[in-house]
Amino acid sequence: MKIKTKSLLWALAAALNAPNVLASNELRLNMPPGISDMSQKVYDLHMLVFYICVVIAVGVFSVMLVSIIRHRKSNGRKPATFHENIKIEIIWTIIPFIILIAMAVPATITLLELDNTDDSELSIVVTGSQWRWHYNYLDYDVQFQSILATPNEQIYGRLPKSENYLHEVDRPLVLPTNTKVRFLITSEDVIHSWWVPEFAIKRDANPGYINESWTNIKEPGIYRGFCAELCGQGHAFMPIVVIAKEPADFEAWVHSEEQRLAAEAEQEQKLLAMEMSKDELMDLGRNIYLSQCAACHQPNGQGIPGVFPKLAGEGMAVGDKTAHINIVVNGSSGTAMQAFRSSLSMSELAAVITYERNAWGNNTGDLVQAADIFNFIQGEE
Amino acid sequence: MSTEPTKYYVPDQSVWPIVGALALGLMAFGAAHFTIEASKQEAGFGHYVLGAGIFVLFIMLVGWFRDQIRESRAGMHNLQLNRSYKYGMLWFIFSEVMFFGAFFGALFYARMIAVPWLGGASNNAMTAQLLWPHFEAIWPLTLTPGGTETQAMGWFGLPLLNTMLLVTSSITLHFAHIALEAGNRSKLKLWLVLTVALGVTFLFFQGYEYVHAYRDLGLTLASGVYGNTFFLLTGFHGVHVTLGALMLFIMTLRVFAGHFDKDNQFAFMGSVWYWHFVDVVWVCLFVFVYVL
Amino acid sequence: MSTVVAENNDAHAGHHHSKPTGIKRWLFTTNHKDIGTLYLWFSFFMFMLGGSFALVIRMELFQPGMQIIEPHFFNQMTTMHGVIMVFGAVMPAFVGLANWMLPMMIGAPDMALPRMNNWSFWILPFAFLIMLSSMFMPGGGPAFGWTFYAPLSTSYSTDSTALFVFSMHIMGMSSIMGAINVIVTVVNMRAPGMGFMKMPMFAWTWLITAFLLIAVMPVLAGVVTMVLTDKFFGTSFFSAAGGGDPVLFQHLFWFFGHPEVYIMILPSFGIISAIIPAFARKPLFGYSSMVYATASIAGLSFLVWAHHMFTTGMPTFALLFFMYMTMLIAVPTGVKIFNWVTTMWRGSMTFETPMLFAIAFVVLFTIGGLSGIMLGVTPVDYQYHDTYFVIAHFHYVLVTGAVFSIMAAAYYWIPKWSGVMYDEKLGKLHFWCSLVSVNILFFPMHFVGLAGMPRRYPDYALQFADLNAIISVGGFLFGFSQLIFLVVMVKCAMKKGEPAPAKPWEGAEGLEWTVPSPAPYHTFDTPPEVK
Ligand code: HEA
Ligand code: HEA
Ligand code: HEC
Ligand code: CUA
Ligand SMILES: [Cu+2]
Repeated sequence: MKIKTKSLLWALAAALNAPNVLASNELRLNMPPGISDMSQKVYDLHMLVFYICVVIAVGVFSVMLVSIIRHRKSNGRKPATFHENIKIEIIWTIIPFIILIAMAVPATITLLELDNTDDSELSIVVTGSQWRWHYNYLDYDVQFQSILATPNEQIYGRLPKSENYLHEVDRPLVLPTNTKVRFLITSEDVIHSWWVPEFAIKRDANPGYINESWTNIKEPGIYRGFCAELCGQGHAFMPIVVIAKEPADFEAWVHSEEQRLAAEAEQEQKLLAMEMSKDELMDLGRNIYLSQCAACHQPNGQGIPGVFPKLAGEGMAVGDKTAHINIVVNGSSGTAMQAFRSSLSMSELAAVITYERNAWGNNTGDLVQAADIFNFIQGEE
Repeated sequence: MSTEPTKYYVPDQSVWPIVGALALGLMAFGAAHFTIEASKQEAGFGHYVLGAGIFVLFIMLVGWFRDQIRESRAGMHNLQLNRSYKYGMLWFIFSEVMFFGAFFGALFYARMIAVPWLGGASNNAMTAQLLWPHFEAIWPLTLTPGGTETQAMGWFGLPLLNTMLLVTSSITLHFAHIALEAGNRSKLKLWLVLTVALGVTFLFFQGYEYVHAYRDLGLTLASGVYGNTFFLLTGFHGVHVTLGALMLFIMTLRVFAGHFDKDNQFAFMGSVWYWHFVDVVWVCLFVFVYVL
Repeated sequence: MSTVVAENNDAHAGHHHSKPTGIKRWLFTTNHKDIGTLYLWFSFFMFMLGGSFALVIRMELFQPGMQIIEPHFFNQMTTMHGVIMVFGAVMPAFVGLANWMLPMMIGAPDMALPRMNNWSFWILPFAFLIMLSSMFMPGGGPAFGWTFYAPLSTSYSTDSTALFVFSMHIMGMSSIMGAINVIVTVVNMRAPGMGFMKMPMFAWTWLITAFLLIAVMPVLAGVVTMVLTDKFFGTSFFSAAGGGDPVLFQHLFWFFGHPEVYIMILPSFGIISAIIPAFARKPLFGYSSMVYATASIAGLSFLVWAHHMFTTGMPTFALLFFMYMTMLIAVPTGVKIFNWVTTMWRGSMTFETPMLFAIAFVVLFTIGGLSGIMLGVTPVDYQYHDTYFVIAHFHYVLVTGAVFSIMAAAYYWIPKWSGVMYDEKLGKLHFWCSLVSVNILFFPMHFVGLAGMPRRYPDYALQFADLNAIISVGGFLFGFSQLIFLVVMVKCAMKKGEPAPAKPWEGAEGLEWTVPSPAPYHTFDTPPEVK
């Protein structure tokens, strides 16, 4: 009876779903087998455990079903009176135990392999913060942060959703294939969790501690993942995108990236001597604000009462300039307000501060230039 | 069983439970707002509500115990009910053990796991190398990874004296109990008063030690996990000593009023158990917080 | 009234036990039946509230994109849904059932400590008022999940955390007092002749549950205290800079949390062990192995907590230890399942509503338990953890487990409580609607989870859209099906229905069926003899 209902249900669900399945053609119902040796092993283990469970369920439920169909009063059955049988009770204590051992052995082997990060060829520090990922290639001069690229308009339904809705970032992590890559995972604020299903890696990013994990990607391609530990309002909005390239392509990419970052730093030095116009500052500042700050302080600067301070018309954004520069550069420790000195360039810092001091009716008229930031940081040291 | 009563005493309706619930509600609500206001140094209504809650709780305790004592003196309690009270008290003490267990657990975790890991032990070599390169794992943690400095509290001197005080008080209380069983009222009074006095002295020294820690050692509630566990463990213990001393004080009053005898002494026995429990907790504390 | 019941108390107590009336009856009561009723209605009210919050969640998740609420509010809904269902709906319902049934089952006149009993109950409304009031503070209520992991609940939370903490404190006191009462009642108040191995399974399972409660609620109290001091008083239990560790929070929380989930299932085992024999007209198979299995589950529950923390980066040997311990729990739980099935075997079954819910419990709880075993396999849990697969697992054990068993119990014992039979037609309708919709609601969650949808997400990628729409529809269907339950119970409370005999179920056993229906206000003032 139960089983009949179940299958009925499935027919119903399938029927409800049929048009969608046909249209989208990508309804996934199972775990991805993934693209590394390890993820394949994890997938196999998953299927093994799953089938064992199905067999147990089918066994238990069929006995029940037979009993329900045959041993009913309406069939004129008289109840038996037995209520104990030591032998059978011992048997059904031991058999599950043996089944469990059959699951535990492969699980142990896989686990030992998964947890072994020795002999890695490339190390990357992955740092979560509300709500973005920072990547630092320990062996190269490359580090950057990676932020959700889906615009707010799509999230709030003012624009149609793109194909990779919530699955796209401005700067993906680039990794070489056929290389043992070690991830050193940590966090700046709350606990996040770095998860790419195709690699079968999920590891919590604990503030103040570093967790290690590794993968060895077999095929070039784009792989997408998520933050898997509740980390506040932006938890659903800090995806992970990994581009895997052949080692040679990766080498090329990483060197061009090193050069690009070095050139940017040089440019930054030059900018120190230059003044930007108010319009330039406000334009750049607006972009930075929307991508970096608006998640908390809101696009209109209103913040969220009791959670994130309002910047429009009150507080530091209309108060002392140095205090304002200080909190953006150094953050406020123990709060969600992080230090932006490492993730933004001096001109970007200058621009966003200028923007905050002049947007939403904060007409302080103050301009902050990259040189001001430079001097502020120098003054601190 | 021949001694089993055949009838059971079910108390009549009582206002006190719901008054007690109201008291706890007010206290929780008030304490929460008071905490928020205090952390922002704002004036608010929290402490009034908290105060009102404590006041209502006090009324409730007086009322409830008055009823209870009256029933007990009127002989309405039978053996079975007394056993219920006894079991209830024992399980309550067990719950207290688990409460302290949580804080001892935190202490052991911090000492044996968190601090060594921050210093690079186990699978945390990279933690130390990348995040806390200058940190050295030692216990007592006199320099935290974040750079807060403090001094450790030694065990010799005041803590040792306090240990002796409490252990002695457990012994004197035991003598009091023996005196009660033997029906020797004057000895009972003497030992009981002595016990309460020892408890109060303990509390006094404990307060003195806190002042010393804050003033001379720079050891505060906020000075890293060593200070945290030190103050929360000794602090909660102190609260329990206060409670226990209060209970014993009330027992003393009741003894002077002629209450209790060999067969009718549940309240007394409950307080005695509680005091011994508080004492055992202190011994563990002394060993794990101060000495080791 | 009846012969078994002495209306007046004995003279030497000097009290006159008449049945009080009006509001005072409920406020000042010391009667286990009244208190049981209070608990049960309170729990149903909380179930509706927590359910409404779940429906807000399901509404937002009906399609991708942010439609009706903001992420911050979504997180509050998730948190409050979890907290209210666990601490407000399921636990009080079990305490309510214990209050009503335990004294009657073991032949006691009342709970051992009747005044404390009333105190435990009345703390709950205050605790939840405080908890709910936090949602109206600036910045809203707790938004860190029912697991309130630090440091999201410390440095990064809003002020309302203080209300959360203190309300947890008094809620915990209520639970501890309730548990002490149960233990003392069962240990000390059994009628002469009722040895431990003659007690109904419900008494056994509750005895063990009460032990778990007393052991772990204080740990919860401790850990919320540390959250409070970390947030407001500058301690750093959960902050590396001060030498603490955020993972310490999780160890302490789950040391409470895992036994807590068994607290929410062991009494169910007791209920099912009463209902299946009654409707199979055959004694419970393997009574003593049931007792040992329950005790082993409780014992093991203290050794598995870190299976919620496989991804936190514990050393490998710890992962292995907790994996093995977790798997072991399948053995005693399997014993229970097999015993129930064997009890049905060669019985003479009828299928009234309580039995239908009990059968559904066995099937669906097994499904939930098996997915639990899958979660317990560490390397694969790396994939399942914090996805909807976990959500599917625990709703199968909690909703089709705990909640279904509570409903089975309500149908089973309502004739005894109210004196009238419930409406069997409506009961069956309620069962079938619930059974179908609950599977539409929770079964597809396995698939979304495996496909990769993380939990606590207010918004999701397009490939999860279809299944989420189905799930939401199922959620509303299941929610509305519970209105039928409400109607059935209200009808009984208003005494509309056939008068019930003392023992309405042919195969039922136990002292509770020896007193008339409705059970008189005071039962067993003189202890019954048990052979
Ligand atoms: C009533 C509540 C309840 C119950 C009874 C259970 C029972 C079990 N649970 Fe569950 N669990 C929860 C409530 C519950 N759980 C909740 C609320 C969470 C999430 C918390 C959160 O994060 O918010 C959770 C999460 C959770 C996790 C963490 C997942 C994660 O976050 O990554 C794990 C991992 O091991 C787990 C395992 C188990 C196991 C092994 C059992 C076992 O007890 C099940 C045993 C039963 C059976 C196995 C079926 C019957 C047995 C047989 C038929 C015998 C033969 C079987 C075999 C040989 C396999 N549970
Ligand atoms: C016993 C516990 C219990 C119960 C009964 C339920 C019942 C339900 N839960 Fe559960 N749930 C949890 C415990 C429980 N849950 C926990 C612990 C979590 C984790 C929280 C966290 O992550 O921190 C969770 C999380 C959780 C999530 C994941 C949220 C997220 O990760 O973002 C979802 C999503 O669908 C969900 C849905 C539901 C639904 C639809 C029901 C339905 O079964 C509810 C049906 C009931 C009703 C609807 C009420 C009765 C209805 C009426 C009287 C009808 C009239 C009323 C209306 C129609 C408004 N729950
Ligand atoms: C993850 C959330 C978050 C992000 C992103 C964020 N802030 Fe903040 N911000 C906060 C919080 C929380 C505070 C309050 C800090 C405190 O209480 O000390 C704050 C405070 C401030 C203040 C001081 C407000 C006052 O009047 O006290 C300014 C100015 C500010 N942020 C600017 C910025 C800028 C510029 C950016 C982006 C480059 C930014 N913030 C990004 C969370 C955030
Ligand atoms: Cu970061 Cu969730
Ligand atoms: Cu668990």
